Amino acid sequence: MSNHGNTHAEEHHHEEHHGYGFFTAIWIGLIALTALTVAIAGVDMGVYTVPLALLIAGIKAMLVINYFMHIKFDTPLVKWFVIACGVIFAIVVIFLGFDVFIGRAL
Amino acid sequence: MGAVAETHEHDHHGHHDHAGHGYGDNSKLYVHIFRDDLGSKAGMWLFLFTEILLFGGLFFLYFGYRVADPHAFHDAALELNVMLGAVNTIILLTSSLTMVLAIVAIQRNSVKLSLFYLVVTIGCALAFLVNKYFEWSYKIHHGIYPGSEELAMRAKGEITFFGLYYLMTGLHTFHVIVGAIILTVCMVFIMKKHINQDKYIILENSGLYWHLVDLIWIFLFPLFYLLH
Repeated sequence: MSNHGNTHAEEHHHEEHHGYGFFTAIWIGLIALTALTVAIAGVDMGVYTVPLALLIAGIKAMLVINYFMHIKFDTPLVKWFVIACGVIFAIVVIFLGFDVFIGRAL
Repeated sequence: MGAVAETHEHDHHGHHDHAGHGYGDNSKLYVHIFRDDLGSKAGMWLFLFTEILLFGGLFFLYFGYRVADPHAFHDAALELNVMLGAVNTIILLTSSLTMVLAIVAIQRNSVKLSLFYLVVTIGCALAFLVNKYFEWSYKIHHGIYPGSEELAMRAKGEITFFGLYYLMTGLHTFHVIVGAIILTVCMVFIMKKHINQDKYIILENSGLYWHLVDLIWIFLFPLFYLLH
C-alpha cells in the first residue's frame, strides 16, 4: 500500500481508500495471530500465560480498530475521541482494580 | 471515512433548504440537504463506547472472580471445546474482512460485489450462530446450564465460570443476531440505492458495529476457551 503521509485525514479524495488486497493482508495477520494464541495455549508458561494471551488479543484488537474500523486513517477528531474514551475506561479499570485485586490472598 | 460526503456539506444554517429556494447563484451549486457524516460517525462511536463499558464491566467481573478462584476457572474451562471456539473466531474475523470489502466495493461503485460481500458476512454470522447452537445444546444436554442440578453440585468457582460463560457469550451472540439484521437492512438500502457510492455512512456505521462484535469475541475466546 502507498504511504499517505500526515495530511491524508484532511483531504477528501477517492484515492486514499485502501483496496481489497490491503484488508486481506490484515485478515491474514489476524488469522495467524489466532493460530499462534491457540498453539501457545497448550504450553504452560506459569504467570505469563494470561498476560501473553491478552497481549495477542490486544494486538488483534489494535489491527481491527486501526484498519478495519479505519481509526488510523480517520480525522483527528474521531481518533482523539477514541483515545480519550480509551483512557477514561483505563482509569476506571485501574481504580476499580485497586479495590478488587489488591489485598486479596491470591 | 465520510470523505466524499462532506463535499455536500454546505448548509451552515443547520436547517433544511430546498434547491432553488431563492439563494441566487448558490442554489445551483449546492444541494441544501442537511447532512453530517462526521456527526453520524461520532454518534456511532459514542454508542460503541457504551457497549465497551457494558462488556468491560463483565470482563472486570470475570477477572475479579478468576483471581479469587483460578483453579475452579481452569477446571471448568477444560470442558469448553477449543476447536469450536477457534472456528468461530476464524468465522468472525473473516466476516469482518468481508464487511470491510463490502465498503471498498461500494466506494468503487461495484454494487453487486458489495452485495455479495454482505451476503458472505451475513452467512458467516449464521454459521457462527449454528456453531453456538451446537455448543450450547451439547452443554445443556450434559446438564451444564445456569441453575441446573448438575452444576449445583460443583465448586462455587465453576458455577461462577459457567454463569459468566452463558451471560457473556449469550450477550455477544445477541449482538451477532442484531448485527446480521442490521446488515440485511443495509443490503435492502443498497438495492434501493439509499446507500450508494456517494453516501455510504450507514454501511460504514453498520460495519463499525459488526467490527465491535468481532472485537469482543477476540477477548472472549482466549479468556474462556484457552485456559489450559
